[in-house]
Amino acid sequence: MSLWKLNKCIFDKSKTVVSSKVPQPGSKLSLRRNQTEVQNPPIGQSFNKDSTIDAADVKFFSQRMKEWWNPNGEFRLLHSMNLIRVPFVRDGLVSATKKDLHPLRDKKILDVGCGGGILSEGLARLGAAVTGIDASKELIEIAEHHKHVDPKIAENKPKYIHSTVEDHAKSTSNFYDGIVASEVIEHVNNQELFVKSCVHALKPGGRIFFTTPNRTRWSQFFVIFFAENVLKTIPQGAHQYEKFITPNELTFLLERNNCHVELTYGVTLNPVTGQWDFSQFQHLMYAIQAVKLS
Amino acid sequence: MLSNSVKRLFVRQIKSSIRTTSVRSLSAADDVTILTKPSENIKGDYDVIIAGGGMVGCTLACAMAKDSILSNLKVLLLEGGPDKEYKWKPEYSNRVVALNQNTKALMTSLDVWKRVEKMRLQPVRYMQVWDASSDAMISFSSSELLDDDVAYIVENDILLHAVNTELTSTDNNVKIVYDAKIAGYQLPKQDNSTVKSYVQMSNGDTYTCQLLIGADGANSAVRRAMGVQYLSWNYDQMGVVATLNLAEEYTNTTAWQRWIPTGPIAILPLDSKRSSLVWSTWQDHAKQLLKLPEDQFVDALNDALWKQYPRSGSVETVTSFVSSWLRRAGLPDGAARQLPPSIRSISPNSRAAFPLAFGHSTRYIAPGVVLIGDAAHRVHPLAGQGVNLGFGDVADLTKFLSNAMYSGLDITHTDWMSKYESTRQRHNVPTQVMIEMLHRLYTVDLMPVVLARSVGVQITNALQPLKKMILSHAAT
Repeated sequence: MSLWKLNKCIFDKSKTVVSSKVPQPGSKLSLRRNQTEVQNPPIGQSFNKDSTIDAADVKFFSQRMKEWWNPNGEFRLLHSMNLIRVPFVRDGLVSATKKDLHPLRDKKILDVGCGGGILSEGLARLGAAVTGIDASKELIEIAEHHKHVDPKIAENKPKYIHSTVEDHAKSTSNFYDGIVASEVIEHVNNQELFVKSCVHALKPGGRIFFTTPNRTRWSQFFVIFFAENVLKTIPQGAHQYEKFITPNELTFLLERNNCHVELTYGVTLNPVTGQWDFSQFQHLMYAIQAVKLS
Repeated sequence: MLSNSVKRLFVRQIKSSIRTTSVRSLSAADDVTILTKPSENIKGDYDVIIAGGGMVGCTLACAMAKDSILSNLKVLLLEGGPDKEYKWKPEYSNRVVALNQNTKALMTSLDVWKRVEKMRLQPVRYMQVWDASSDAMISFSSSELLDDDVAYIVENDILLHAVNTELTSTDNNVKIVYDAKIAGYQLPKQDNSTVKSYVQMSNGDTYTCQLLIGADGANSAVRRAMGVQYLSWNYDQMGVVATLNLAEEYTNTTAWQRWIPTGPIAILPLDSKRSSLVWSTWQDHAKQLLKLPEDQFVDALNDALWKQYPRSGSVETVTSFVSSWLRRAGLPDGAARQLPPSIRSISPNSRAAFPLAFGHSTRYIAPGVVLIGDAAHRVHPLAGQGVNLGFGDVADLTKFLSNAMYSGLDITHTDWMSKYESTRQRHNVPTQVMIEMLHRLYTVDLMPVVLARSVGVQITNALQPLKKMILSHAAT
């Protein structure tokens, strides 16, 4: 009964927000975002249409400094997610004809919203020249500090920059072989500017990778309510439903920015084994790979 | 989930059988101690140490040398025996293994198979298993199984030599230490990739490694150092082996197995004139058989192959009834059978016996340690599966470890290790249970049991898809 009430309450709140699932060409996608922010001022206090930073989210993750590198701590799902997203990025950038220890050697990768550097280090282990950027100064410090811990990346430490993607892209147009935004786009303001800036920094022919929750009732229930309040596998308040983006919307944004979407996978977590897997089921979370056309 | 329920079922069956069979506890270390303080005399630091240079251990080392990723690892293979020169002999060795298609695929990928083919092997194209206590029989022929051979009979020496030659023929990442007498192990207590395993030799040398692989056989000292539960019992049976000379020369590609009340007798083809014997029987009987003069042994063997054992009338009635129904339905009724060969003599001094036992390690992995082959599982030789399960371990371990490293994971990462364990146990445990059930079913001579198994075998033999399923499980 109470569950139903709660669901109803969430449903009512979000009903006003989502007007159209697929934006029409020419319409301003960030309109939906603007509406959200106006309705819920506490989240987007610092909202600025020229910036992708959501100050509240940046603060939220910065406060959890110490937890970042505990593989069994609050961010354990991000650690275990490396088991599928590192191969996802690897296989998108290189073909597996001849396997060796550093398949991503000579590949320049930008990890947008790198946080504590969990994914950046995972990619650096495969030989990639990784640049991690994050809007949080504290998180960049954690990442900077931690990159000296793992001897496997002693020769190939990632470079971390405290910056936003739109600022970073100004100096690095057509530069990277791969851009990764894993579990990030659901935390940014102005997703249109975010995607545009990411693609700007990407070389023609380079690949861009996203992993993010879908905006469905499934993800609202499991990713937000169930994972945060019942399982407590995700810190409370980590996600807002309104900020989730659907695969269609993200595909649309990418294709409008001269990219061709090559792959869309569902991403699911096995609740028993705690292992991530790619699947057909895209209603919870998904991964997208796109190539930048010349 | 599935493997857990299978495991639970398995444990229950074992618990009930423990009362009736003698259980050998291996928990207390016999000669190998668990080190508390490793000596400071570190002789070498390796990524991987493989303890045990038998067929399975050597094959793993060879696979690690061939894999494009695993060849980056520094591997040490510790072999207890000396580096003996292998000499090809015209006489067959009395210890042979039956290799399935999966093992052939593994050996082919390691370039070992062509070496074996160059030396000696015999394909099995037809297999006939029949019961002495009834008319029931089951046959498998290669034409039923994707037009491929059912199995290959290879001498242990030849296989080991082929793997060893392939391993040492090129300069690679594997170092082999022969005459390695291991005094003890110190294993990391918890999951922490920075803590190494110590392997202390009896001469005082110590080696360290990140990943220790126990390929040291059924009495595995690595397994004891891991402190995992090991379920085991003796069958009070021994396998008597010998090389047989056949009375007549023929295209010898049939494997024969007759179940007599004391256990199965298997005749495995070697060439047109010779076959290899594996006669599983009670310990006293086995010892008796070893002591017999060779001509009397041959008589006893022919007797066991041909003798009419007393049969129960009701079993006869029911089996002939089932056959007639199968015939009417147009299914094979098992009446068309081949006759087993007569044995003329045995090769001088080729008789030997080895004890048969069952063993199952509840865990195949611990932090920084993995068990493969007989160290993890041991079965009755009645289905010729033991070493194939071990080679399956090698294939899967190589695949998972290589994938993990290709994804940038540590070589002791729990993800690949638990994948290895669950994949292998999901395959090995059901196989072990099946073999154990067959063994139990056929060591009884009680009328209802004979009846049930005979009808079961008759029907299985008639149902082609079921036979295919059995063969395809045995082939992987």
